[in-house]
Amino acid sequence: MNDTLTADSGVGRKTSPTRETKKAVALAEHIVEVISDSGEGAQRCGQSLAAIAARMGNGIWTTEIIPAEIQPPARSVAGASGIRIRMGSRRVTNGGDETDVVVAFNEQVLLGRVQAGELKQGCTILLESMWREHRDPKIVASYAKVVDALANDGYRVCEVPLERECLTLVSDPRRGKNMFVLGMLCNIYSLDLKLGHEQIGRIFGKKDEKVIKSNQQLLDAGWQWAERNLDFKYRIPATRSAEPQIVVNGNTAIALGVLASGMEICAMYPITPATSASHFLSDVFERVGGIVHQAEDEIAACAFAIGASYAGKCAVTISSGPGISLKQEAIGLAVMAEIPLVVVNVQRGGPSTGQPTKVEQGDLLQACFGSHGDAPKVVIAPSSIEDCFYSIITARKIAETFNMVVVVLSDASLATAQQPFPRPRFSEDWLAPPVDQSPVPEGAKPYDWDPVTGLIRRFVPGQPGGMHTLTGLAHDRLSHVAYDPANNEEGLRHRSLKLAALQKTLKTPPVFGDPEGDMLVVGWGSTKGAIEEAVERLRAEGRKVSSLHLQFIQPMPSGIREIMQRFRQVIVVEANWSDSLEDQIIDESNRRYSALAMILRARTLVDIDCWSEARGQPIKPGAICAVVRERMKHGGTQQ
Amino acid sequence: MTMPATQCLIRLHQEHHSLEDYQGGVPRWCSGCGDNAILAAIQRVCRDEDLRPEKTMFVSGIGCSSRLPHYMKTYGFHGIHGRAFPVAEGIKMARPDLHVFVNTGDGDCCSIGAAHWIHAIRYNMNMTVMLHDNHVYGLTKKQASPTSPLGLKSNTTPRGSQLAALNPLSVTLGVQNVSFVAQAVDWVPEVMYDIMSAAFRHRGFSFVRIIQRCPEFLPKMFEPWLHDPQKTLLLSHKDGLQISAGLSKTYRNQQEHDPSNIDRAREIASLEDPLPVGILYRNPQVPCYEDLRHPAQMRTPEFIRAGFEAELDKVTVWPDQDAQTQRAA
Ligand SMILES: Cc1ncc(C[n+]2csc(CCOP(=O)(O)OP(=O)(O)O)c2C)c(N)n1
Ligand code: SF4
Repeated sequence: MNDTLTADSGVGRKTSPTRETKKAVALAEHIVEVISDSGEGAQRCGQSLAAIAARMGNGIWTTEIIPAEIQPPARSVAGASGIRIRMGSRRVTNGGDETDVVVAFNEQVLLGRVQAGELKQGCTILLESMWREHRDPKIVASYAKVVDALANDGYRVCEVPLERECLTLVSDPRRGKNMFVLGMLCNIYSLDLKLGHEQIGRIFGKKDEKVIKSNQQLLDAGWQWAERNLDFKYRIPATRSAEPQIVVNGNTAIALGVLASGMEICAMYPITPATSASHFLSDVFERVGGIVHQAEDEIAACAFAIGASYAGKCAVTISSGPGISLKQEAIGLAVMAEIPLVVVNVQRGGPSTGQPTKVEQGDLLQACFGSHGDAPKVVIAPSSIEDCFYSIITARKIAETFNMVVVVLSDASLATAQQPFPRPRFSEDWLAPPVDQSPVPEGAKPYDWDPVTGLIRRFVPGQPGGMHTLTGLAHDRLSHVAYDPANNEEGLRHRSLKLAALQKTLKTPPVFGDPEGDMLVVGWGSTKGAIEEAVERLRAEGRKVSSLHLQFIQPMPSGIREIMQRFRQVIVVEANWSDSLEDQIIDESNRRYSALAMILRARTLVDIDCWSEARGQPIKPGAICAVVRERMKHGGTQQ
Repeated sequence: MTMPATQCLIRLHQEHHSLEDYQGGVPRWCSGCGDNAILAAIQRVCRDEDLRPEKTMFVSGIGCSSRLPHYMKTYGFHGIHGRAFPVAEGIKMARPDLHVFVNTGDGDCCSIGAAHWIHAIRYNMNMTVMLHDNHVYGLTKKQASPTSPLGLKSNTTPRGSQLAALNPLSVTLGVQNVSFVAQAVDWVPEVMYDIMSAAFRHRGFSFVRIIQRCPEFLPKMFEPWLHDPQKTLLLSHKDGLQISAGLSKTYRNQQEHDPSNIDRAREIASLEDPLPVGILYRNPQVPCYEDLRHPAQMRTPEFIRAGFEAELDKVTVWPDQDAQTQRAA
């Protein structure tokens, strides 16, 4: 019980009475998490902490900890609900590895995190101590057992009488504890308490003054308690950016992108983890004249968006895995008829209902090759919160310029993660042009494919002289149904050429690290931060490791193969399934590669290796480091 | 978009449309197919309403009936099986200025598209719907449809279908926000025309079920009704159909029916023999979804920018406190 503070005294044994001497230890970064049963406000507490740290100028990345069930039983190992905040001196690009400080509202949810291996060995635990005096002796025993075991395992367990302290200020501490904890954390990390007060003002802005006051008192009390009772204090030096920053999660960034792209219609059907983007839009979109249409299902949502786009107002449909599967037939129609459409897929674990709240990059192949027949579409994957915003603007532009379907692949990790980025400067160029209602020139045809680029000039209803019937059947330049072989291939060819035409405008993505070396790690989407952090660590060890991150997956920019050839080994890292050669019956002839590895192997003919993980959690930089070290050991030569 | 007002006025004066302005390619339906009569009737409606072809939109799914847009000289959208309604809704939401018509088959609407049908009634968007109900799947060559009569022998029910037919009128009349329901038969074109005109003029989701002959696969299906006018019940009313003297000579089985009476409409809807023809229900008071959803304000770039900046303000961390207070002031 070396480092354990006992609750009974209310004051830590090891704390000295002279508070002024408590020196704040400077840290480059720390990972904190706040966990509780669902509904105890841990997420709000953590989000507020992140917001305050961001306003101080710290880099932050938040990761939500979501229980598998909507209403898990109280005090259960599987019920941990909360949030993890990684705070750093520099910009933070991912959730990092294990947690340094954890605040837990009961020992069971804490146990869940320990068992999941999410806590750093010997980390600091601030644990609600009310369970020690609980009526139920079983709970008391369970609590004591966990505390002892953790202390024995070398964790620094500080018991905190959250309930008792809060009761001195409010009658229902369940509703106030989270702000008390926020105060404690502000103290521990030497954050500006004034910002904490302001944050509370923001959260409860719509409520009356009394609520704000009472929460601010809780905040102060938490700060005081930590100041008096804890013998440690940290400081993560921050530098405030000279530019204004915005702090939002990926789904909000997507919604803001929809707003800024000038799109007017979003058609959707609720599905986790995509829905919150539509929630935000429903709230703010109409204020700028937009419409969020909740359709009867995803098929209707997609068809509705296609109708709106066809009629001249490029629309977006937002969904996730199962919903995207339902949209595939309609996506094929948009491809065939060359109707612009933006499809956002906030990926979750699959197949089937899978893991609705958990991250997975399992939909790359359905994004690229989904729908029947040859259905070329553009696939882009944002790799940061900022990217989520800009990728929607890009997607709308490409969709309308090329009359194509553009799939934006986000995921559950980006959806809920918060990271500051420079406040976008609105540009009218982002907006969609007004609907063209000018007469169509004499003799012009609705599918007058450009022989080189495959591009057409679409006719929009209302344009005099442009009347034609659009069809999902094979058609000629007049949009007449045509089944003859030459016509069919003409359509296929031109729809395919558009991808090449777009590809010609793309730049080769930059290599992170040296342009040549022993190992190139290739990734896409939300893993960028973790991969690049791993590369930095490995390079610090003296290894010749670099990485390449793909934003455009279809079409893929040129120059990728040339980059790969400058490395002895290439490995793709992604969050989806791939077979392991360690399984008894898996060998090179039946091994299933991860999705991007499969595409890259086919495209580049480079013997690319892969490592993937589908644990429903963001891939950690530490895990990537371990894999790379191990694979480098085995060498591997590449032609 | 940027046509001067004077030019618009000139256009309005000049434009008087003839049937040819709406006639697209040569229909490829079987001879005697009821779809031909539906096409002729709706082309007449377009002409008589003097609709501008470029502002007129025919949306369909997949099926013989869904080929109709190809035979119009307006804009057409021949989409995918069962999804004509949501496509039409998206079009109407984006462009309330367009006249939207939907052509759908009994498989397209009542089977694969059934969910959309129910919700389309509820949305009550301003569009005119023609359900070409031939009681069978035509395009895919004679399979039972949801409206096939019990016992129908088809390629998928060689020993006769086992399920009772779904009644599209009753279903439609059972859904919240229903605002216009009528029934026509392709072999009485005069009445079909009147019904379609009324449907077009109704502001809302006008649902017209048209009993349509498929001589190719069900050549005898409607013979009893063709041979015996008594088996057809014409619904007339001062707020509904007015039946000409000529027609009254043949179709003497008539009934006054007030289309505002939904209970009676539901009773009539469930009649099979005689077959009711006319306007069963009309309620012009039901709000249209597009009217409820459309923003009052023009979407100018400045308007969008202001809304966008206001949202960003809520989530911005300013470089220093002073700047923030300045902005707040
Ligand atoms: C998703 C899908 N399933 C099946 C089909 C095949 N299919 C085309 S039309 C049709 C039924 C047509 O029947 P109906 O809607 O009654 O129209 P009709 O041909 O009788 O006018 C079917 C099953 C298809 N095109 N798409
Ligand atoms: S198969 Fe039947 S519905 Fe289709 S065109 Fe021929 S007659 Fe008409």
